[in-house]
Amino acid sequence: MLDLSRWQFGITTVYHFLFVPLTIGLSIIVAGLQTAWYRTKKPEYLRLTRFWGRLFLINFAMGVVTGIVQEFQFGMNWSDYSRFVGDVFGAPLAMEGLMAFFLESTFLGLWIFGWDKLPSRLHLATIWLAAIGTNISAYFILAANSWMQHPVGYRINNDRAELTDIWAVLTNSTTLVTFPHVIFGAFLTAGAFVLGISAWFLLRKRDVPLFRTSARLALAVSAVAAIGVSMSGHWQAQIMTEQQPMKMAAAEALWEDESAAGFSLFAVGDVENGRNHINVQIPYGLSLLSTNTLDGKVEGVNDIQARYQALYGPGDYRPVVGLAYWSFRLMIGFGALSALLALAGLWLTRRGRLPSSRWVYRLAIAGIGLPFLANSLGWIFTEMGRQPWAVFGLMRTAAAVSPSVDVTSAAITLTGFTLVYAVLAVIEVRLLIKFIRIGPHEDSASEAPVPALSY
Amino acid sequence: MELTTVWFVLIAVLWTGYFVLEGFDFGVGILLPFLGGGEADRRTIVATIGPVWDGNEVWLLVAGGATFAAFPEWYATLFSGFYLPLFLILLALIARGVALEYRGKSDSTRGWDRAFFWGSLGPAFLWGVAFANILRGVPLDADHEYTGTLLTLLNPFALLGGLATLLLFTLHGAIFLTLRTTGELRQGASRMTKRLAPAAVVVVMAFLLAAGGDRPIWWAAVALVALGLTGAVAATLRGRDGWAFTASAIAVIALVAALFGGLWPNVLPALDPANSLTVTNAASSPYTLTVMTWVAALFTPVVLAYQAWTYWVFRRRLTGAT
Ligand code: HDD
Ligand code: HEM
Ligand code: HEM
Repeated sequence: MLDLSRWQFGITTVYHFLFVPLTIGLSIIVAGLQTAWYRTKKPEYLRLTRFWGRLFLINFAMGVVTGIVQEFQFGMNWSDYSRFVGDVFGAPLAMEGLMAFFLESTFLGLWIFGWDKLPSRLHLATIWLAAIGTNISAYFILAANSWMQHPVGYRINNDRAELTDIWAVLTNSTTLVTFPHVIFGAFLTAGAFVLGISAWFLLRKRDVPLFRTSARLALAVSAVAAIGVSMSGHWQAQIMTEQQPMKMAAAEALWEDESAAGFSLFAVGDVENGRNHINVQIPYGLSLLSTNTLDGKVEGVNDIQARYQALYGPGDYRPVVGLAYWSFRLMIGFGALSALLALAGLWLTRRGRLPSSRWVYRLAIAGIGLPFLANSLGWIFTEMGRQPWAVFGLMRTAAAVSPSVDVTSAAITLTGFTLVYAVLAVIEVRLLIKFIRIGPHEDSASEAPVPALSY
Repeated sequence: MELTTVWFVLIAVLWTGYFVLEGFDFGVGILLPFLGGGEADRRTIVATIGPVWDGNEVWLLVAGGATFAAFPEWYATLFSGFYLPLFLILLALIARGVALEYRGKSDSTRGWDRAFFWGSLGPAFLWGVAFANILRGVPLDADHEYTGTLLTLLNPFALLGGLATLLLFTLHGAIFLTLRTTGELRQGASRMTKRLAPAAVVVVMAFLLAAGGDRPIWWAAVALVALGLTGAVAATLRGRDGWAFTASAIAVIALVAALFGGLWPNVLPALDPANSLTVTNAASSPYTLTVMTWVAALFTPVVLAYQAWTYWVFRRRLTGAT
C-alpha cells in the first residue's frame, strides 16, 4: 500500500510537472509577444502570438486535467498525512485555488474566446492576468511543499501540526529560494521548447524571418534563465545543507564529515558499508557550493545517521543515496547542457546571422528534452532526498499513508492513472506535432452576423 | 457566528457554485449526442460553455482546498473513504477536460464527443451518490476511518440520489442551452426541457422525501427545490428563457442548501453516532480558520465579480447550422 501510493504520487506528480514548467514559461512569452504586437501593430507579432498561443493551450489543458488529480490525492492516498498537516498545509492550497486557479482559468477562457469580443487593450490584459495566475499558483504550491522540507510557523497540538504563523509559512526561507529556482527552470524549459521548434522551421526554411525572431527571443530567455537557475540552485544548496544536511550528504555521496570537501563528479559507492569505491572530485567544490567558503565543513551520511538516531530514536534516516546522488548530478548536468546550447546559439545568431550547418538545428531540436529531464530529476531529488520523512523531522512517509485504502484499490488507481496518462501523452504529442506542422497561418478575420443577446 | 459554522456555510457555498455552474456544463455534455445533429450544431453546443467551463470547474478545486484547510479530518476521511468513486470522477473530469480542449483541434470529433458525454454523465451521477451517502452517514470507526466497501456506497438510496442529480443537471443544461442558442437548436433544447422535466421533478422530490428531515429549514429548502423546478418548466413553456434558467439555478441552490442544512452540525455522520465527524471535531485550529476567513472575505467577491463579467462578455446567443 505504501509503495503503491508512493509510486502513484510520484508518477502523477512528475507527469503533472512535465506540463507545468512549460505553462509557466510559455504563458509569459506569449503575453510578451502579444504586448509587442499591441505596441508595434506588426502582423508578425500577431502571427507569433497565435502560433505559440495555440501550442501553449494544448499544453495548458494537460496541466489542468492532471492538476485536478493532485488536488485530491492527498486525501485519497495520504489521509493520515492530511489529518496531521491539514491545519497548516491546507491553507496555501486553498489560497492557491482562490487566488490563482480562478484567475488563470477564467482569464484564459476570456483570452481564447475574446479575440473579437474585447477591446485589444483589455484582451491583452487577460493573457497577462492568466500568466500571473500561473505564477501565483506556483508560489503557493511551492510554499506548501517547502513546509514539508522545512516546517515553520507551527506547533504540535492535539497530535497534529497547527498553524501559528501564516506569514512564516509563506515567507519560509526554503520557499524564497525554491520559487526562483523553479521559475527560472520553467523559463529554461519554455526557452528550449521555443528554440527547438523554431529550429525545426529554420531547418526547413519555412517562415525564416518569423522563426529567427522566435529563436533569438528564446535564446535570450534561456540564457537569462540558465544564469538564474544556477544562482538560485546555489542558494538552495546552502539552505538545504543547513536544513536537511542528510540530503546534501546523500547527494554528494559524502559519507563522513569533511572540511574542504570536493564536489563529486562520478562515484561508485558501497551503501552497505557507507563508503565509496571510486570518487572523482572537483577539489573544494562542495564546500564552496554549500557554505561559500573553500574549507567549510560539510556533514557526511554516516555521522548524520548517528546524530539522527540520538535525536529521533532508532531507525534508518538515509534516503536512497545512489538515487539522490545521480538525480542531483543529472539535474545540473542536463541543465548545464541546455545552458551551453543557449549561449552557443546566441553567439551563432549574433548580428542577424543564421548558422548554415544543419546539425546545429538538429541539436537545438534535440535540446528540447534537456530541461524536462532536469526538472523531473530535480523533483525526484528533492522528494526522494527527504525520505524517510514526509514532513521533515515530524512525520515519516510510512505513517502518512491512508489506513482505510486497501491494496486492490490502490493498484486499480495506480494502473488506471498510468494507462490514461500514457494515452494522453501520445495524444498531446500528436496534436503538438500536428499544429507545429501546420505552422503559423495568415490571419483572416471572418465576419459573422451578430446573433441576439441571451441576457 | 462560530468560525466553524462560517466555514461550513462557505464550503456549502462553494459546492453550490460548483453545482450551479458545472451542473449545466454536465447537462450540455450529456445532451450533446441528442441535440447535436451535425458537426456545426455540435460545435455550437460545445461553444456555449467553451469560455467558462474551466473557471466553473475551479469551484470544485476550491471546495476541495477549502475543506482541506478548514476541516482536514473531513477531507481525509471523505476522500480516502470514497476512494474508487472519486477515482472514477477524476478520470471522467480528465476525459471531459481534454475532450473540450482538443475536440476543436482534432480531425475527428466522434471519439472526443463520446469522452465528453461519458465524462459529463459520470460525475453528474456520482456526485449525487456521494452526497446521498454523506447525508445518510457511512460506517466509520473511532479513528474516523471509513470501514465500508465500495458496495456500501452503492445502496439504493444513494443510487436514487445519483439519478436525482443526473436528471437535475441534465435539465439545467437543457435550459441553459435554450437560453444560449437560437433557431433550431433553441427549439430542440426547449423540447428537451419539457420532455425531461416530469422525470426530473419526480425523481428529485422522491430523493428528498426519502432522505427526510426534521428541521424546518430542511423543508423550506425542499419546498424551494419544488418551486424552482416548476417555475423553470412554467417559464420554458412561456418562452421566458432567462427566468427559466434563474428558476432552475434556484432549484440547484436549494438542493445544496437542503443537503448541507440536513447535515449540520455533522460533516460526515457515522452509522455509530459516537464516531461522527462534526464541524467541531473535524475543524482546523481557530487561528487557521481566522486567516482563511480573511482570505476568503477578500478574494471571493473579486472572483465573483470577474466570473460574472465573463458571462457578460459572452452574452450573445450562438447559432447552429443554418
Ligand atoms: C511550480 C509549480 C507547480 C507545482 C509544484 C504544482 N503545480 Fe499544479 N499547476 C501549476 C503549477 C504547479 C500551474 C502552472 O499553475 C498549472 C499548470 C498548468 C495549469 O493549467 O496550471 C497547474 C495546474 C493545477 C491544477 C488545475 C488548475 C486549473 O484548473 O486551472 C490543480 C488542481 C493543481 N495544479 C494542483 C497541484 C497540486 C495539488 C500540486 C502538488 C502536488 C501541484 N499542482 C504541483
Ligand atoms: C506541493 C507540492 C508537493 C507536495 C506536497 C508533495 C508531497 C509528496 C508526498 C506526500 C509524497 C509521498 C511520500 C513519498 O513517497 O515520498 C511525495 C512523493 C513524491 N513527490 Fe512530491 N510533493 C509535491 C510536489 C512534487 C512535485 C511538483 C514533484 C515533481 C514533479 C514531486 C515529486 C515527487 C516524487 C517523484 C515522489 C515519489 C517519491 C517516492 O516514490 O517515494 N513532488 N511528494
Ligand atoms: C547549477 C545548477 C543547479 C543547481 C546548483 C541546482 C540546485 C538544486 C538544489 C540544491 C535542489 C534541491 C533543493 C532542496 O531539496 O531543498 C534543486 C531542486 C530542483 N532543481 Fe535544481 N539546480 C541546478 C539546475 C537546475 C536546472 C537546470 C533545473 C531545470 C531546468 C532544475 C530544476 C530543479 C527542480 C524542479 C527542483 C525541485 C524543486 C525545488 O526543490 O526547487 N535545477 N536544485
